[in-house]
Amino acid sequence: MALQSLDIIRRSATSTPSPSQRRTPEVAKLIDISKCIGCKACQVACMEWNDTRDKVGVNRGVLDNPMDLTDASWTVMRYAEVETNRGLEWLIRKDGCMHCAEPGCLKACPAPGAIVQYSNGIVDFHEENCIGCGYCITGCPFNIPRLSKRDSKVYKCTLCSDRVAVGLEPACVKTCPTGAIVFGTKEDMKRHAAGRIADLKSRGFAMAGLYDPPGVDGTHVMYVLQHADKPGIYNDLPKDPGISPMVYLWKGIAKPLASIGMGLVALGAFFHFVIKGPNEVSKETEKEVEDEK
Amino acid sequence: MKNDPKKITRYMAFERANHWLSAILFILAALSGLALFQPAFVPLSQLFGGGTWTRILHPFIGVAMLVSFGVMAVSYWKPNIMTPADWEWLRRVPELAGGDDRNMPEAGKFNGGQKMLFWLLVICMALLILSGIVMWRAYFSFIFPLWLIALASVIHAIAATIMIALLIFHIYAAIWTRESIDAMMHGQVRRAWAKQHHPAWYREMIGGEK
Repeated sequence: MALQSLDIIRRSATSTPSPSQRRTPEVAKLIDISKCIGCKACQVACMEWNDTRDKVGVNRGVLDNPMDLTDASWTVMRYAEVETNRGLEWLIRKDGCMHCAEPGCLKACPAPGAIVQYSNGIVDFHEENCIGCGYCITGCPFNIPRLSKRDSKVYKCTLCSDRVAVGLEPACVKTCPTGAIVFGTKEDMKRHAAGRIADLKSRGFAMAGLYDPPGVDGTHVMYVLQHADKPGIYNDLPKDPGISPMVYLWKGIAKPLASIGMGLVALGAFFHFVIKGPNEVSKETEKEVEDEK
Repeated sequence: MKNDPKKITRYMAFERANHWLSAILFILAALSGLALFQPAFVPLSQLFGGGTWTRILHPFIGVAMLVSFGVMAVSYWKPNIMTPADWEWLRRVPELAGGDDRNMPEAGKFNGGQKMLFWLLVICMALLILSGIVMWRAYFSFIFPLWLIALASVIHAIAATIMIALLIFHIYAAIWTRESIDAMMHGQVRRAWAKQHHPAWYREMIGGEK
């Protein structure tokens, strides 16, 4: 849910342009994993701002809590203890919606206006239009949307589109005590990341880099990774995410092909009738049957 | 008109009722499915009480259709086994469509086209129910990996498209071949109709009477 309405560049299950007169600069949230201390303040701030409350879970012997994203926990810290060439490293990744420039959820969604993308790049769910089919879950390359048991609608990080719309930064950014999460225009965030990466490289992280995967045309949530060559070590961050070819087939070419195909069969049948007329019992057969009696 | 001795019984009351039950369920499944598949058909969801109701009802309609269609498949598979004459019949379909059925091989109770339709529908129905279960988010999807759900979604769309096209064809064939709809409505056909369109079956039926 959000306040914007004049800057929608994509709308689910809609083939004509949506109100897009207002053009806003592309924004991005940059998460610098090398600065994260795993305090979970972002998780708390997210719940506080969005006024969602997850169930009190069970401790599974690790710091991850809750263990996975839920309909109420739109961001979770994922902790990994990894042996690298620098010895044991504690890699903590704040997981949540990446706000893809090419969003698989929106492509898969069959409900008009249930998912929109603003010109600032934020991908937002409008739950009042959601029909609860879960196709967005199938379409997402990052496995982010979660179906609520309470109302059968899907929920995920909104990048605080309501805050951003009025010139505020997302709640998680606001609360981060170490500055590991920063927010601004995508250009500025890339510049900021370049400085951070240069710093990490000077400190021996030769493969430090920015995670802004081209397979989804870039994302509006980006990571600075100490080991950008191995995103998988950050709790299975996909190396080259993209919308599944199956989803492209299903929600791309299959739709017009199927409609045209079915239409042609119906039209073909109709015109066959118009041209050839009905297949009736012939006079000869009628006579033969009469004679048999 | 009822049980006219001059006519031949083609479909029993239960067969007819079940056929039309399948037909109704198919139409409901197709309309609700199209609304979920292609944005151009979204207005069809209003027939079912909106998008959310369409999403809730569609899979249950599909399961009901499986039961009804399954009864037909079980009772009709034997008379639908393809014979060499049926393949020859299919090769000569262009002649039939052109209006000349004099050289068509003699059809039994079902002709080659009907048999082919039967088996294609069986395949489509099987693919639809299997892929549909994988896609059924409320009860089953969480069991399956995402790649399989994506694959099932494509299979479901393709199988549904083929099934809808086949049934448009089936409906047209019934309209085109005069008096066919009577057979499925009242169960009886005129002798001349049987001799014209299903000569081998006609002889079997007449012979059986003697």
